[in-house]
Amino acid sequence: MSFIKKPIARHPNLPKNKLGLTRRDYEGALSTLCAGCGHDSVSSAIIEACFQLSIPAHRLAKLSGIGCSSKTPTYFLNKSHGFNSVHGRMPSVATGANLANRDLYYLGVSGDGDTASIGLGQFCHIMRRRLNMVYICENNGTYGLTKGQFSATNDKESKSRKGVDNMFESIDLAALAIQLGAGFVARSFSGDKDQLIPLIRAALSYKGFAFIDVISPCVTFNNHAQSTKSYEYFREHNEAVGFLDVIPENEEISVNYGEGKSIEVNVHDGSKMVLHKLNKSYDPGSRRKAIGKINDSRDKGEIITGLIYLDQNEEDLHDTLLTTEKPLNQLKKKDLSPGLKKLRQVNKSFS
Amino acid sequence: MTKVNDFVIKFANVNGSGSASANLMFAKTIFRMGIPVSPKNIFPSNIQGLPTWYEIRVNKDGYTARRDGVDCLIALNPQTYQSDLKELVKGGYLIYDSTMERRFPRKDINVIGIPMASICAEHYDDPRQRQLFKNIICLGALSVLFKIDISVLKGLIKEEFQKKPKLIEPNLHALGLGRKYAQENLSSDFDLQLKLMRQKSKKIMIQGNEASGLGCIFAGATVASWYPITPSTSLAEAFEKYLHMFRSDLKGNIKGAVIQAEDELSAIGMAIGANWNGARAFTATSGPGVSLMSEFLGLAYFAEIPLVLFNIQRGGPSTGMPTRTQQSDILSSAYASHGDTKQILLFPSDPRECFEMSVDAFDIAERLQTPVIFMSDLDIGMNDWVVDELSYNDKHNFDRGKVLSAKDLDSIEMWGRYLDIDGDGIPYRTIPGTHPSKGSFFTRGTSHDAFAGYTEDGRINAENLLRITKKFNKSTKYLPKSIRRNAKNKTDVGLIYFGSTAPAVDEAIDYLSEEGYNINKIRIRSFPFDRVLEKFISENNHLFILEQNRDAQMKFLISNELEIDINQFVSILNFDGSPLTAKFIVDEFKSKVKNNKKIVAKVKRSRTAA
Ligand SMILES: Cc1ncc(C[n+]2csc(CCOP(=O)(O)OP(=O)(O)O)c2C)c(N)n1
Ligand code: SF4
Ligand SMILES: [Mg+2]
Repeated sequence: MSFIKKPIARHPNLPKNKLGLTRRDYEGALSTLCAGCGHDSVSSAIIEACFQLSIPAHRLAKLSGIGCSSKTPTYFLNKSHGFNSVHGRMPSVATGANLANRDLYYLGVSGDGDTASIGLGQFCHIMRRRLNMVYICENNGTYGLTKGQFSATNDKESKSRKGVDNMFESIDLAALAIQLGAGFVARSFSGDKDQLIPLIRAALSYKGFAFIDVISPCVTFNNHAQSTKSYEYFREHNEAVGFLDVIPENEEISVNYGEGKSIEVNVHDGSKMVLHKLNKSYDPGSRRKAIGKINDSRDKGEIITGLIYLDQNEEDLHDTLLTTEKPLNQLKKKDLSPGLKKLRQVNKSFS
Repeated sequence: MTKVNDFVIKFANVNGSGSASANLMFAKTIFRMGIPVSPKNIFPSNIQGLPTWYEIRVNKDGYTARRDGVDCLIALNPQTYQSDLKELVKGGYLIYDSTMERRFPRKDINVIGIPMASICAEHYDDPRQRQLFKNIICLGALSVLFKIDISVLKGLIKEEFQKKPKLIEPNLHALGLGRKYAQENLSSDFDLQLKLMRQKSKKIMIQGNEASGLGCIFAGATVASWYPITPSTSLAEAFEKYLHMFRSDLKGNIKGAVIQAEDELSAIGMAIGANWNGARAFTATSGPGVSLMSEFLGLAYFAEIPLVLFNIQRGGPSTGMPTRTQQSDILSSAYASHGDTKQILLFPSDPRECFEMSVDAFDIAERLQTPVIFMSDLDIGMNDWVVDELSYNDKHNFDRGKVLSAKDLDSIEMWGRYLDIDGDGIPYRTIPGTHPSKGSFFTRGTSHDAFAGYTEDGRINAENLLRITKKFNKSTKYLPKSIRRNAKNKTDVGLIYFGSTAPAVDEAIDYLSEEGYNINKIRIRSFPFDRVLEKFISENNHLFILEQNRDAQMKFLISNELEIDINQFVSILNFDGSPLTAKFIVDEFKSKVKNNKKIVAKVKRSRTAA
């Protein structure tokens, strides 16, 4: 196989999920990222979420662009097919893959350079099309792999490691996502697994385009005091509005969400989503309010996290295109080729 | 002297004036009368108001290339009277709208005025109707002059408006107005005549893009992603039309998907993603799009993902001449993308071959797990050609290539995505979702080992690259072969050509042979080049290569790939954007051999022999 084998020391008492699999079965190759890189925590959260949801790994395809963040699909779900495409173009590859087989899960991982600069066009258009997938942007405000240039999500007030000012406006990917038709939009932090794991679970259960902007600090190039994408900055400026979790069919709600108010939301596959509101007055069902909230928090110097927007009308590209139920990649010649008799009719129309 | 079924008619119009459908009807009438005909649409990159032309060559002997010199000009665009007039042959006819009478500065032609606008004004109030019916009135008058079988024309009008039956009567009425005017006012000694002929085989009149789009349906393509660009747009549109026609179920669900992407980067990315995931997918574009796609083409080449890419070539470089034809993407397609890459190319020469090669392209791409670039051009893609009916073998099964099923995976001990098990350089691939625990791998554009693992070991990467070369070199087995035809008399003069220049070549070689020049010919149909071409080159000492670009790209590709001294070839080049004429080839050939004593001496000998 293509992955590097980790030492297998199977513990008989490792917890198992519904498929009888352990967390180990959802792992990938050893990470080669810098120690402490936020991206590794996101990989762990993905592993945990897939394990908890009992997703058959081979029914999930993981896709990425280019960057440190885009390397991470190697580090989780080694039983899934993976596709490390070209810089900024993961959305188009994911679109084609999803068109070919609507029955798989599609998990895309990208970086802020990959998403907000070179791939901004594809990112916008995949949301307009409501592709059924989970798109995680591991946002560190910098180009990690090319050694620390500013990215387009880097805040204007943020400085580089060497104290150089960032002169340009930043792009808020979550606000953009809401604007352009993503049905599920969240922001989280690589270091907050209690918030991130449930969000990934919910995103995987959502039908439509689910976007999670994960602040994921780059310890090597953008974790200094004057950076707004550092661990420290985030912890001091986080304003969580609430999060969403998914409760598989017939399962008890057992997670303790702490103070606040919980609301049940039904999703298409029969499972339940629980929306936990930390901020009672916040309503994630309104596009306008969601964008307003992002802007308000920003003006206050806060970073809003949690589920920011949810469109309960779950619809995806296949619904729009009226593609047949059966995955296109499973159709056979008899389904596809009209045959000589029909060709004769066509000939006639040109005679 | 009366000319029967052998002349050129040219319509000069203003685009956006509704002339296109009337012009097509005229060409199709000739086709239905069984007469070999080839219309060429010469149009600007513009939507309304600029000049367009529609040139129809009629030739009883079946020569369908363009021909210089116009026998009958239907001049409906005052903007271009002057230049159009120059193209008329001596004794030719100029037909114009004489509502405003005028004089033309040539005494050696016949001028026929038909007051089209005033007939319209007399019979129609609505300005749009006046415009549209003007074209039909003109058609009516032409039908009288050319002695067209009127039942054919009427039948066509009925078909044309089948879906809007209310329009049939008014159109027939307008046709009648034109006929009546011509019968009552025009002299009957018009010496161009269309006479019914009998077709030797069943023919259709069709455009290459239409045939390719249809071919993709027959090939089982399910995903098409594209970005609009002339002259490829009609291919994606044809695919979509036939998708709805043939693959829609009772509930209206469709076995396929068409996405108009945001750009060509995305269009090719989608096609690659779908192919990676086991669906047959394609994209269609032209030069500027291929330039944008080149990064992805390298990925598909290196990660070995099947892909069919239609490159309907137009005039370059840059935005170039979007509505003119060229064969100028040969090198940029053959070596598309950075690093050591080579792409499979197919060269269709007419719409029928477009259909066949489109069907085959998907088998080739999947068998070889690599992109296949379909090198059509504007002339084939967007002009109507008369070709034999399309045929399809129902017994032919899709060749999906080396794809492992769950059962295969269960029976295999060790599998590596890029392992060369069979010695042909073609590895085995797996499709996502196939097996719960086996066959997953990581597709990447970074250097990788036989197990798809990332490697920076230069030797391993080199080995992998050499395996891909092996696969490429052995691929000719699956590609359409070159077609050669030797001259009647033995000769060592050979002409190499490809694509849409075929009709002009056929005609030119006939003329040249009448003059004593015997020429063997070979039409290339794919790249990498096959043994047939190599043999042809080794058997002919005087080799000419005909192509429609400035830089002799095919010549370069042949000499580079077959390691032949480039000076062994003489180029005949044309890149003015128009489909070739036989006369151009004849003249060029003769001027190139003028100083070649060997060839000329041979001609003289064969003349005296004859
Ligand atoms: C076409 C192209 N241009 C440039 C690069 C070089 N490049 C590689 S990764 C990268 C930036 C990645 O930044 P981001 O997506 O934020 O990922 P991170 O490394 O920060 O996780 C760039 C510019 C490339 N691979 N391809
Ligand atoms: S350079 Fe930054 S983003 Fe890349 S691995 Fe290191 S810490 Fe992570
Ligand atoms: Mg980054």
